[in-house]
Amino acid sequence: MSEQELVSLTIEGVEVSVPKGTLLIEAAKQAGVVVPHYCYHPGLPVAGVCRMCLVEVERMPKLQIACATPVAPGMVVHVMSPQALEARKGVLEFLLINHPLDCPICDQAGECELQDYVFQEGRARTRYAAFPKRFNPVEDFGGDVLYVPNRCILCTRCVRFMDHVAEDSTLNVSERGDRAVIGIHPGRQLDHAWAGNVVDLCPVGSLISKDFLHKARAWELDRTASVCTGCSQGCNVTLDTRLNTVVRVRPRPNSEVNRYFMCDYGRGQYRWMNRGDRIEAPLIAADGGFTATDWDHAIAHTARLIRGASGRAVVLASPGVSTEALFLARRLLGGSAVTGAFRVAHVAGEAPLPGVPNLALRSERAPNATGARLLGYTEAFDAAVRAAGEAGIVLALDESLEGIPEGALNGAGVFVYLGTVLPAAARGARVVLPVANTAEEDGTFVNRDRRVQRYFQAKAAPGMARPAWWVLGALLAELGRGEPFLSAGAAFDLLAREEALFAGLSYASLGTRGAGLTAVTPAGVGT
Amino acid sequence: MGYPHRPHPRETVVLSQHFGEAEARSYQGWVKRGGYVALRKALGMSPAEIIEIVKESGLRGRGGAGFPTGLKWSFMPKEKTKPHYLCCNADESEPGTFKDREIMRWTPHALIEGCAIAQYAIQADITYIYIRGEFTEALATVQHALDEAYREGILGPNAMGTGKRLDMYIHRGAGAYICGEETALMNSIEGRRGNPRIKPPFPAAAGVFGMPTTINNVETLAAVPHIINRGAAWYRSLSLANPKSTGTKLFSVCGHVRRPGNYEVTMGFPLRDLLYDLCGGMRDGRTLKACIPGGSSVPILNREESESCLLDYEGCAEKGTMLGSGGVIVFDDSADMVYQIMRLARFYAHESCAQCTQCREGTAWVTKILQRILAGEGQMKDLDLLLDLSEQMTGKTICVLSDSCAAPVVSGIRKFRHEFEAYITGARRAAGAA
Repeated sequence: MSEQELVSLTIEGVEVSVPKGTLLIEAAKQAGVVVPHYCYHPGLPVAGVCRMCLVEVERMPKLQIACATPVAPGMVVHVMSPQALEARKGVLEFLLINHPLDCPICDQAGECELQDYVFQEGRARTRYAAFPKRFNPVEDFGGDVLYVPNRCILCTRCVRFMDHVAEDSTLNVSERGDRAVIGIHPGRQLDHAWAGNVVDLCPVGSLISKDFLHKARAWELDRTASVCTGCSQGCNVTLDTRLNTVVRVRPRPNSEVNRYFMCDYGRGQYRWMNRGDRIEAPLIAADGGFTATDWDHAIAHTARLIRGASGRAVVLASPGVSTEALFLARRLLGGSAVTGAFRVAHVAGEAPLPGVPNLALRSERAPNATGARLLGYTEAFDAAVRAAGEAGIVLALDESLEGIPEGALNGAGVFVYLGTVLPAAARGARVVLPVANTAEEDGTFVNRDRRVQRYFQAKAAPGMARPAWWVLGALLAELGRGEPFLSAGAAFDLLAREEALFAGLSYASLGTRGAGLTAVTPAGVGT
Repeated sequence: MGYPHRPHPRETVVLSQHFGEAEARSYQGWVKRGGYVALRKALGMSPAEIIEIVKESGLRGRGGAGFPTGLKWSFMPKEKTKPHYLCCNADESEPGTFKDREIMRWTPHALIEGCAIAQYAIQADITYIYIRGEFTEALATVQHALDEAYREGILGPNAMGTGKRLDMYIHRGAGAYICGEETALMNSIEGRRGNPRIKPPFPAAAGVFGMPTTINNVETLAAVPHIINRGAAWYRSLSLANPKSTGTKLFSVCGHVRRPGNYEVTMGFPLRDLLYDLCGGMRDGRTLKACIPGGSSVPILNREESESCLLDYEGCAEKGTMLGSGGVIVFDDSADMVYQIMRLARFYAHESCAQCTQCREGTAWVTKILQRILAGEGQMKDLDLLLDLSEQMTGKTICVLSDSCAAPVVSGIRKFRHEFEAYITGARRAAGAA
């Protein structure tokens, strides 16, 4: 794809130039027109069956489906001509005659393409009143998926996803004519590691998630761009929140990372974001226990501890914290030799999505292990824990401290714990600073392909918890080593200035899609 | 010939000459009747020469669409870079059509010979003969003939001793009407669900297994050996009306005539003569009411139109219908057109592949409305609804099944509106209705 030949055509009066071979439906997007459609999906092979995207093309005898008609030079396309509108109105009427109109109890309501287009272009009254609607019972497809056949419009997106993207032909169209339903292979379950995508792909409420069933109405949800925390792939996702609770994770398109998809494991990575056992205030060790305090006191107290500490520093970081926090933690303790370590769960085997190159549920089950490595953290975690015994200062960065005996970290020097929850091994800390989790802060992760990607705050942090970059920035400022950060962007931009690997990047330029790191070897980045 | 009747003197017996002769089914019997002479001749020619002869003959597809056969063959890539395929469409499922079945039952070697010539002409590696699953006798007969053809060296690695390779397989359908649609047939051969494909790409570019493919009807292919033997000029001379329609055509006449059956006449033969002369006219005391000339998918003709219709592609088009497959369905004045049209619509509703929305939902809805009218519960506005739905079902889908459902409904309401109205007003009750 070196020199792309461009084709000029007119769509709804707007002239556009698109690469040769582009489909009308994609070219129309360039003209700012969304041609109503159901079966078409840019991530799936074209089926051309719903017949919803019929448009009028001048000098063609019949209406054409925009999803299967390639552009041609000088084409004049009318999406909203009376003839095209009439044809689509007809399709909508046909789709609705057997559709239950149970929108009040349907999970898809509010984000349903059938609803949307019927409101937009459909007929107000049915002419099918005298006949009963087709009825088939709800079927459990296995995995997280329920099939409600009555709502199905047979667009076959799910079938094509399983056939051509998951390459696990579990679904089919069974029966013919108006008896047709989506069928599942006898004895099989829809349990492919990526099968949950059929729920997103379904343009109506026919394939629905058991996990999300009746949890929320679409219009009550706030949507926030984020990055999946499930593994090092870094799939772009949207966190759907309701009443300050994450209720759903869905893929967010990014052609460079995950196209339109995410795995079922990743979809489950929101429950921990809603944990109730969070630390809600800074805690200072006192009288064998903790005393809650405010941030001013906590920061001043912690800064005094750091200033008074001498000897080696050990940072035990979670590979799930932001790049900014990883960077600032080292910087905070940078006066002395720092041993940075993390541990990450490795699950044997990857679960690839065969139809998309370089996309898999990775065996490394953390979002920012690459960021940690690039910033000088190693996986010599046990050694770091042993070293912590003699270190002058130990900083734990939302590390779960699982398997570390109580007291192992508070022997030698100053033990500072920054975390979302308080594990037993952290009870010996001199100070505990509550931080926000991924859903509660802005920040970046670096995925396995060294792509830096931003995630956005989706909900409020509990109590007084603050983003780790804020806490660390405030400590640095208290120590007289810079101004506190007002945003994750400020923290990232400092990182980009200081770390050669991140040179040239800025928080703003990362946007919502992220950017690759310059291909510099991590030499010279802390040790 | 009107098997099981003796040929009528006004028939032009070419394809049906040996219908009814059991011996013609065997290799020896077929050779005795001049079989495989055309193939030997064709194998001595270049593929381009054969295509030119077929083009000149004016032969057009007998499956329904009437596309010029030679032209279709010429669409195949001249420079062969991939395997080529020939598909023989023997999935004759169009209601009212039973001509291909007779060709296969009585002259299976004619079909094999035609396939072999076409296969050579388009440089195909393999021919698939896709036979309708219900045609058990035809299947057995063609399979037997195919085995004979291999045994006799007609087919195989050294076809007729010319060193050329010709291979042919039978693929048995499994009972879906839609598999007679050419791209659905290809999906079916590939082992997929028989769904029509979006065109383009056309079969000559990407057909069965994604390779260049030509697909022809049984009757079309069976005519090819005769053209090779007797020349393009002879075939072109077989034309009674429009010179664009040449050769002979088998008409499968069913319904209310005295002698239903297959009749082979020259293109341009008057439908009136076919019905009243060859088929012996209506039953006693009955008169012609309507006629579907080209299989159930084409618009219905009323009596006046039928009696003035010439049976060729242009003659039928002039009457607003199509020659189609040549399945002539005849209704006399005892026929209940509302019921007949409902039966047709029900057939299409049953056979819709369920891909396109208009077809999947429309065919079923139209059937329900017609059934309601038959039950005496119809309303006048139902007729407008039927016409409106038919409009939505025409020209908007991948294949023409939905158009085929709409065609008889529209022409039925236009031409026999009073019969619909009689049900709606209660002037008429369905036979057997309580």
